[in-house]
Amino acid sequence: MSDDELIWRIAGGSGDGIDSTSQNFAKALMRSGLDVFTHRHYPSRIRGGHTYVEIRAADRDVQSRGDGYNFLLSLGDSFARNPQEEAYYGNEEIKPLSENLDELREGGIIVYDAGLVSDEDVEAINLEERAEENNWHVYPMDLRGLAKEHGREVMRNTAGVGVTAALLDMELEHIEDLMEDAMSGDVLEANIDILHEAYETTRDEYEFDHELRAPTGEHETEQALLSGSNAIAYGAIDAGCRFIAGYPMTPWTDVFTILSQNFPDMGGISEQVEDEVAAAALAVGASHAGVKAMSGSSGGGFALMSEPLGLAEMTETPIVLVESMRAGPSTGMPTKPEQSDLEFVLYTSQGDSQRVVFAPGNIQEAYEQTRLAFEIAWDYQIPTILIYDQKLSGENMNVDVDFFDREPAPDLGSTLTEDELKEAAHDASGKFKRFDYENAEDGVAPRSLPGQKGGRYLATGNEHSPVGHIEEDPDNRVFQMERRLEKLEAIRTELDEERESNQTYFGDEDADYGIITWGSSQGAVEEAIERLNDDGHSVRGVSVSDMMPFPEEELTEFLAGVEEAMVVEMNATGQFRGVLQKELGQYGEKLTSLLKFNGNPFEPAEIVEGYEVNVADEDREPTAQVRIEPAAGD
Amino acid sequence: MSAFNAIGEEREIDRDEFTPGVEPQPTWCPGCGDFGVLKSLKQALPEVGKTPEEVLTVTGIGCSGKLNSYLDTYGFHTIHGRSLPVARAAKLANPELEVIAAGGDGDGYGIGGNHFIHSARENHDMTYIVFNNEIFGLTKGQTSPTSPKGHKSKTQPSGSAKTPLRPLSLSLTSGASYIARTAAVNPNQAKEIIKEAIEHDGFAHVDFLTQCPTWNKDARQYVPYIDVQESDDYDFDITDRAEAAEMMRETEDVLNEGTVLTGRYYVDEDRPSYTQEKKAVGELPEDPLAERYFDDDAEWERSYDLLERHT
Repeated sequence: MSDDELIWRIAGGSGDGIDSTSQNFAKALMRSGLDVFTHRHYPSRIRGGHTYVEIRAADRDVQSRGDGYNFLLSLGDSFARNPQEEAYYGNEEIKPLSENLDELREGGIIVYDAGLVSDEDVEAINLEERAEENNWHVYPMDLRGLAKEHGREVMRNTAGVGVTAALLDMELEHIEDLMEDAMSGDVLEANIDILHEAYETTRDEYEFDHELRAPTGEHETEQALLSGSNAIAYGAIDAGCRFIAGYPMTPWTDVFTILSQNFPDMGGISEQVEDEVAAAALAVGASHAGVKAMSGSSGGGFALMSEPLGLAEMTETPIVLVESMRAGPSTGMPTKPEQSDLEFVLYTSQGDSQRVVFAPGNIQEAYEQTRLAFEIAWDYQIPTILIYDQKLSGENMNVDVDFFDREPAPDLGSTLTEDELKEAAHDASGKFKRFDYENAEDGVAPRSLPGQKGGRYLATGNEHSPVGHIEEDPDNRVFQMERRLEKLEAIRTELDEERESNQTYFGDEDADYGIITWGSSQGAVEEAIERLNDDGHSVRGVSVSDMMPFPEEELTEFLAGVEEAMVVEMNATGQFRGVLQKELGQYGEKLTSLLKFNGNPFEPAEIVEGYEVNVADEDREPTAQVRIEPAAGD
Repeated sequence: MSAFNAIGEEREIDRDEFTPGVEPQPTWCPGCGDFGVLKSLKQALPEVGKTPEEVLTVTGIGCSGKLNSYLDTYGFHTIHGRSLPVARAAKLANPELEVIAAGGDGDGYGIGGNHFIHSARENHDMTYIVFNNEIFGLTKGQTSPTSPKGHKSKTQPSGSAKTPLRPLSLSLTSGASYIARTAAVNPNQAKEIIKEAIEHDGFAHVDFLTQCPTWNKDARQYVPYIDVQESDDYDFDITDRAEAAEMMRETEDVLNEGTVLTGRYYVDEDRPSYTQEKKAVGELPEDPLAERYFDDDAEWERSYDLLERHT
């Protein structure tokens, strides 16, 4: 692995500002002209415990966390933690150092806070020996002492950044600018002092024996650093969404928070409610009354939404739900990513229920597909769901600012105005035939809104007549059911024929071997395919976003063109592979699974290794924490 | 154009407007108390000056859930226990709508109990009518949260070991700002109470006693009833929380013994509704959000105005 890239890992205790420090440093790297990608690892607790953030920066497009890392800034565990906790968790101060060493690349750099970690502790983990074996360059620095001297020990993060900048030969200018944006007064002054002193002390004290330097680059256009949650929230804003209801649950809370913070300034409404049944039901109520509404949750909370989801389907009330997956089952691992709610999201809710499901694979797709989800929902009066995971939710990437420069779309789709309602079909009592099957096009029967003249009807979760009355007549049932089902066919046709494909393709079209993935594993797969093809293999890949309705034609074509394919996803049971086999039954024998479900996202090298074991070598077990499930019949 | 210009027009409103001109006819059993709720709503709505198009009735599941099939307003027949969250959001999205939520005792006090507590707590500006017949009717006679202790049913054959829920007291504790109990057998009082509830600016909870002649034959049919406002035996200040609480407790105690007390129990005109509270903290737009989508001049803020903080 060449070191034309920096993968900087800052490790410490939860609650120590690891996140905000890394966010600022990532932005500084971006402002210096580099492409950046962040990966966050944290435990499900408020203070203490081992947490880290990785920032990958290079003078080229970066779409994944990369393999391992090459710079460790180890800060020590939370000083703000209750000392009594030690009884339960042991001595965690050393963890930000000891827990991270396995993934540090050969020749990498280690900076640790000598003010927190004693020499005995360092000896106990054989740091010296391991550093020699791996050619690591170790720089102990009293970061806490330095921070304390100028301000408060919480500022040791800044000292760490100063040391980093010195060791990587970076200018301090971007870091200072960001500090000025984030703080002021004495706090700012103290931080600037600490930054400079750490920088200079490092340069004075050490002869650098490492080769790693910060890469340099230049952006032609202005860049913004944002997360998948930002992209979804902003996509919703541009789509005209002005109502959100929710209940906090990691990692969905991010989208909920971003919209709650912005809506008051935009005339939107945010409601934090008693539970997720209520949350999704509120979205249904707001949409029924004429506002573009969304709700969402993570797996366990989404389970409660299956009721209102079915209600939205039966009453043909457009809503957008987001499902931000974390490792399951049940409450699972709250802060760890997994792609294991796919089958649940596709099939939840009783009856022949229908919904549209998109699984964006990166930040740009998250923005675009959120807009699309609103458009489809309001055009076809059907719930749409965005399924993504804790990884995409929390990772940050730089995106060209111009990417967002487009018109807002507050259009309510197939909703009638009062003038249009005058022309619409009514029954003998003057009720609007809201669920009319005679005049429906593509299964869509345009709707009215409460308050509109001439639009009175009843929306009900029971099977209903054209004006909405409960109706169990067999002919009506068949007409209504077929009309609702027709919408999904029409959506598939629209996605195939009128729009650019939501699927993302990699590699050479004529390649022999295929890799198929979905959602946030996309970036790692893209990089793995590049690497495999550079090594002389013949691999192409597709990352699928349309989960329902399924792009049968596209995937059939892809699979027909390869000898075999490996399905890469973060779960233990190969859920997406199951979907592929259900949708494209004849290809079961071509599919192998590469699965990872240990709570960490794929690294590109693991996918390369999975391919090598599967296709090239065959005879060895993979060393990484992945599992291979052979093809049907193998 | 505004899509909502029906609202606010002045004209005489005929109660027949609230009766569907064609099917469906009510499927409730002969003698069912639910007819009483339907009738009092049909009487009350024209008297408070609402046209059918200005009203959204949101119901849950059960016999009570069919209310809006027989009442010719805009309607949303939701799912078991979920009428309130749907109704709340519709009111927030378009505060000009007259929102009336309705459901049964199983629906509203059982499966929807959590929503009831929180809707009352937030004091949403709406009317909530609970058809309380102390039984699950549509699923054929199971014990409900308000069934008396010892009530025998197919699911509790030895008699219920549970003390019945106290809807009035629960409502007061949760924060409802208008609380009354009426009965289907008392149409004049029912109409007046429903009128007041609709006109009340806040969460108005009406516990509406409705007899179930089919599944609750043993239960009292709520006659004779006593109107606490008309009777000299009861004197309390309906604006005084403590006095109202005491009166509610007595009412709920004596109902178990067969004495039916009805009337207004608590009215707090000073407590701001949720709509007002939400506007006060700047979280609810002044004009109905729903109208904005039909306003060609509306300025829609864009996400990329927010991007600056990310650059």
